[in-house]
Amino acid sequence: MLRILNKIWHTGTVTERRPRDAEIERFGKQVKRAIDRRFRGSLAIRQVDAGSCNACELEIHALNNPYYDIERFGVHFVASPRHADALLVTGPVSRHMETALRRTWMATPSPKFVIAAGNCACDGGEFGVSYASCGAVENVIPVDVKIPGCPPTPRDLLWGILAAIDVKG
Amino acid sequence: MSRFDWLSEYLARLEDEHVVVRRGDAARLAPAHCLILDAEDWGNVARVAADSGYRWAGLWGDPVAEQVIVHAGFVHEGDYLILITEVPLSHPVLASHTPYYPAANRLERHLQDMLGIGFLDHTDGRRWTRHRAWPEGVYPLRNDFPVSGNSPHRTPADSDYPFERILGSGVYEIPVGPVHAGIIEPGHFRFQAVGEEILRLEARLGYVHKGIEKIAVGRDPVGLARLAGRVSGDATVAHTWAACMAMERAAGLDIPPRALAIRAILAECERVANHLGDIGAICNDVGFTFAQMQFGRLREDWLRGNQSVFGHRLLMDFIVPGGVVRNLTYQCKKILQPQHEALSRELDDLLPIIDDHSSLEDRLVETGYLSNEEAQRLGVTGYMGKASGQDYDVRRDHGYAPYDRLDVPSPCLMEGDVAERIRVRAEEIRHSLKLMEHLMRRLPSGPVSVSWPEVVSKREGIGLVESWRGEILSFVRFGEDGRVARFFPRDPSWFSWPALERLIHGNIVPDFPVCNKSVNASYSGHDL
Repeated sequence: MLRILNKIWHTGTVTERRPRDAEIERFGKQVKRAIDRRFRGSLAIRQVDAGSCNACELEIHALNNPYYDIERFGVHFVASPRHADALLVTGPVSRHMETALRRTWMATPSPKFVIAAGNCACDGGEFGVSYASCGAVENVIPVDVKIPGCPPTPRDLLWGILAAIDVKG
Repeated sequence: MSRFDWLSEYLARLEDEHVVVRRGDAARLAPAHCLILDAEDWGNVARVAADSGYRWAGLWGDPVAEQVIVHAGFVHEGDYLILITEVPLSHPVLASHTPYYPAANRLERHLQDMLGIGFLDHTDGRRWTRHRAWPEGVYPLRNDFPVSGNSPHRTPADSDYPFERILGSGVYEIPVGPVHAGIIEPGHFRFQAVGEEILRLEARLGYVHKGIEKIAVGRDPVGLARLAGRVSGDATVAHTWAACMAMERAAGLDIPPRALAIRAILAECERVANHLGDIGAICNDVGFTFAQMQFGRLREDWLRGNQSVFGHRLLMDFIVPGGVVRNLTYQCKKILQPQHEALSRELDDLLPIIDDHSSLEDRLVETGYLSNEEAQRLGVTGYMGKASGQDYDVRRDHGYAPYDRLDVPSPCLMEGDVAERIRVRAEEIRHSLKLMEHLMRRLPSGPVSVSWPEVVSKREGIGLVESWRGEILSFVRFGEDGRVARFFPRDPSWFSWPALERLIHGNIVPDFPVCNKSVNASYSGHDL
């Protein structure tokens, strides 16, 4: 136990001690202000992988690591679309996920918005439209904001979420 | 040691079985050895291979004119044997390998759905990769099937898949997915349980089928490398390397030693990043968030290092046909070396904590147990195999450049539980750091790429790489125009998914996430 406490003590709070993260702090504060204004301090996001290669998921995961710790800005990822204000969709929409995505969208209470994350979600990316892929997310459900990148970095994602709130706010 | 010591014995046993083997084209997929045989012997050769203790490593079909050329891969003592046969499209029927190799089950069903090959004696005739994006009796990988498909309508849910059921008093069923609760890929799991105990788990995958094998057709080498880098995003380096290796062997291209060393550094970087993330995530799934936060931090440091040295956090598109995109400068070494030393020091602090934390031990030891026998039967590789007594590593045992000149340590532990899979990952991180140190210290001089020959016509090649997840086998054939005519990447997940279904027996439903994370099979790499 002492070893654990010792490690925590010596690690400190990485988010504040690293000067190179000032930009994240600035983004984050903007996001927080927008969320406070429009969502009363809490934005619930349901992430849906509609066919990605899983690289986008790795970077979305990173938003929860102690460097970004997106929850402190009021953004949290929820387990059900029924609890969500927004969907964060990755991947070209595979045809096998087409109905699941549409149903997830229908299960999300209005008002809701959709963020397409990653090149594939924005325009089909490397996979495009084929017998197996519907391509961009907007080919299946309405999209409000796109975050390009292959995959988008956590910074891009944070920035995109902020832009989405601004568009809808 | 001379290679293929065992081959003559295998051939003698085939002769005893009256199997006629043609050896004319044995080197067409070098360094693998090819044997060509008649379709009616397809089952026998697998039976003899199984009796001899060879591991089954994959199956793919290649439609050429009115034939399908079917390949099956076997591994023994680090040597790869590819059996090849032809079946006519008018009557595409073969004996199944599944009775001898349970690992063959889903790849045969994939081939049945994608190319319409029927497997006699297959224990499970249900569709696998096909949901409802194309109808039964239509096969996307056949040459007459348009890449755009024939169905302009919305694709309905695959709601009538016949799951196997257990009947009995108190048995209930839990359907999960395809959209899961966390930030993970989609797939469906059907649990049969009594109380909290899982009696049976059946996975239904194929949700992220993106038609990778079909859209690869017609690409140039650079385009194929990009696509291979997106077969499974967490293994982008390994898949790109395997595809490039296959293409370069097809082209007879020699890659400069410096490029090979840089590729290996990239592959080890990828291994470390994924293992760091996994160790944290496994601990998180039993409520030990301390580890999740600490390893999340280390992973982020690592990815930022990747960004500053290689220009991409996940190292995508750094490997290209013919070499790597750019050189590693002296400055890069100055960034990487202190980063590696820092990680080593952090691990000195953190790994002992994880190793002897009693509440972790309570939750992870004996959880998700995969016996050595089952691991062998299913042909799992990577940390899954190494935690269950399967002492195999493509880098060490098959020995591709630059690893063939290095001493590659590979852990082999026996306990087969979640705790053991963490231990293998931890050891592999240490080994990778040492390998990288060695590679960087002795980085050969010279160019980092060679130009691609104008046209590589009607040639094929195979790529074999140890990804962070295990063995990847990649097949590429070029058509007459020098463009890709067939691409098949076999991710290790094809074998770790069935392993998950076995190791979950007798565990409780709430332990599924930690068991699943300890396996961490790729949905995308499997669904293609």
